[in-house]
Amino acid sequence: MSAPALTRPAPKEASPASVAAATRRRTRGASRRRLVILVLAVLVVAAFAATLMAGRTFYPPGDVLRVILGEQVPGASFTVGRLRLPRAALALVAGFSFGLAGVTFQTMLRNPLASPDIIGISSGASAAAAIAIVTLSLGEVQVSVLAIAAGLGVALLVYSLAFRGGVVGTRLILIGIGISAMLDSITSYVLSQAAEWDLQEAMRWLTGSLNGATWDQTVPALVAAAVLTPLLLGQARNLSAMQLGDDTASALGVRVERTRITVIVAAVGLIAFATAAAGPIAFVAFLAGPIAARIVGVGGSLLVPAGLVGSLLVLVADFTGQFAFGERYPVGVVTGVLGAPYLIYLIIRTNRAGGSL
Amino acid sequence: MTTDHQLTAERLTLGYGDRTVVSSLDLVVPPGAITVVVGANACGKSTLLRSMSRLLAPREGRVVLDGKEVHRRPAKELARTLGLLPQSPVAPEGITVSDLVGRGRHPHQSMFSRWNEKDDAAVASALEATATEPLADRAVDELSGGQRQRVWIAMALAQQTDLLLLDEPTTFLDASHQIEVLDLLTDLNRSRGTTIVMVLHDLNLAARYADHLIALADGTLHAFGPPAEVLTEETVRAVFGLESRVIEDPVSGRPLMLPIGRHHVLDRADTTPAGGSVRPL
Repeated sequence: MSAPALTRPAPKEASPASVAAATRRRTRGASRRRLVILVLAVLVVAAFAATLMAGRTFYPPGDVLRVILGEQVPGASFTVGRLRLPRAALALVAGFSFGLAGVTFQTMLRNPLASPDIIGISSGASAAAAIAIVTLSLGEVQVSVLAIAAGLGVALLVYSLAFRGGVVGTRLILIGIGISAMLDSITSYVLSQAAEWDLQEAMRWLTGSLNGATWDQTVPALVAAAVLTPLLLGQARNLSAMQLGDDTASALGVRVERTRITVIVAAVGLIAFATAAAGPIAFVAFLAGPIAARIVGVGGSLLVPAGLVGSLLVLVADFTGQFAFGERYPVGVVTGVLGAPYLIYLIIRTNRAGGSL
Repeated sequence: MTTDHQLTAERLTLGYGDRTVVSSLDLVVPPGAITVVVGANACGKSTLLRSMSRLLAPREGRVVLDGKEVHRRPAKELARTLGLLPQSPVAPEGITVSDLVGRGRHPHQSMFSRWNEKDDAAVASALEATATEPLADRAVDELSGGQRQRVWIAMALAQQTDLLLLDEPTTFLDASHQIEVLDLLTDLNRSRGTTIVMVLHDLNLAARYADHLIALADGTLHAFGPPAEVLTEETVRAVFGLESRVIEDPVSGRPLMLPIGRHHVLDRADTTPAGGSVRPL
């Protein structure tokens, strides 16, 4: 395509027609975004409702609603209120946290492989939680605190090891994968020392599981998400600018380092709280962002769509794992089966393009 | 738009780690003009540009815009006056031209403000000025190098700054695209009074398009002034360590540098400095 000659002087003001065209393009993009977010939200609510109603016993929507409103319904009060509700709530919040934190890292480091479950943050939180439970026999709160501290610690370690006058995504990812492998072997070792009755419980720290979810686990993750989500969404525009490179973002008036620190702390917090409650549900953080990008397009911020995709993934995967097969599988096994092929696809595609990671 | 912004560097010393790249440099950027920075590789051209746009804090000295130090000004406020197009900006995979250009509006928006008609007008004007409007719905990764460079310039234009710094905007472009980009920047300067400071590798293009040339050597200011004064055989020798002949460019009337290497120099070529006329080849 040959470029038109630019001999005429550049116009000062745009013609009304091209302003109208710009408005049209912008509103088209925005309304598509709104529609996709709405549809995703409806799907999440539907999946949430379905997991409350369906199971070994089916309870009609009326019963479920009455249980949620606090009424006593024979049978349903226990099954829905005690078993299904905390589990579904944990699926919802853990999925949202993983999806949101994952896409944040992928956006900030400009690489789909840079999700917290690939670069060791989830593994760190997981290993700490396993040690806290199996070796130290700590309670819920201490487990969460330890998991969060470990997640932050690993993030800091990976970041500082990768830092050489600026951070290159590739180096950070490779270092993260290495650290992640080390941490997973620590988790495996701790689990091998676990008493037999702890094992079922401890297994959650390997792939992630919602089995036996209680409000004690779910509430901290809910509170963390409620606090940290607005903090991250406030950085959405800065993150979009940072996608263009650190220098371009600075030139656009973004305080790059400040944004990066805020975003890392918030995203690691989300990951760590969710991991402390549900284990490192495999590949959700890694998958949610790219799926959201496919649906919404890359023009605007992906934070909210990726969070919703994360919730939907975990809700559907948990339900599938419980009821689709003869045996019950933890949610992490199902998401792992979904995520692994995508990881392989990404690596193959990068190799073909001849690029580094 | 006003064109009287004063951008100056005072005793500016810059470096990375323990390496000093620019030392004690004083500079006044002529407002409303096109200034081109030239110099050998690693002489501190990009470093100087990065520092003038707040990307690199000075070791010593300061960069002052309209009486205030740029490193002390609020980032967004500065970004509404002073724009920078870095050497290798990154386009997110799959982003469309109009979305990318729209990102240039960042300093004009706050966390809660909605995108408004002013933003649309700025984007439209940037697309028109760079003749990229027909590409608006295309993905940036599909474009040719020249088109892509025009899109990045459009993004910088959407930022609507009175000063625009560009780090080698013509790298990786073929001859016709280089001229196209430089003509476009000249248009901007002439029609909007935008003050332009850019780093260019090609001395002859620099001399042709600059109102003022800055020749840097080893992080110090070697020469500063109109191209006819700066681009001389002495400057080329001092800055690049290269023998050359400088003649008048028959197309532009500006100086034209002809390097003298060890090969392909005619015996009858007039390689004596100054005075002689060009022989037809």
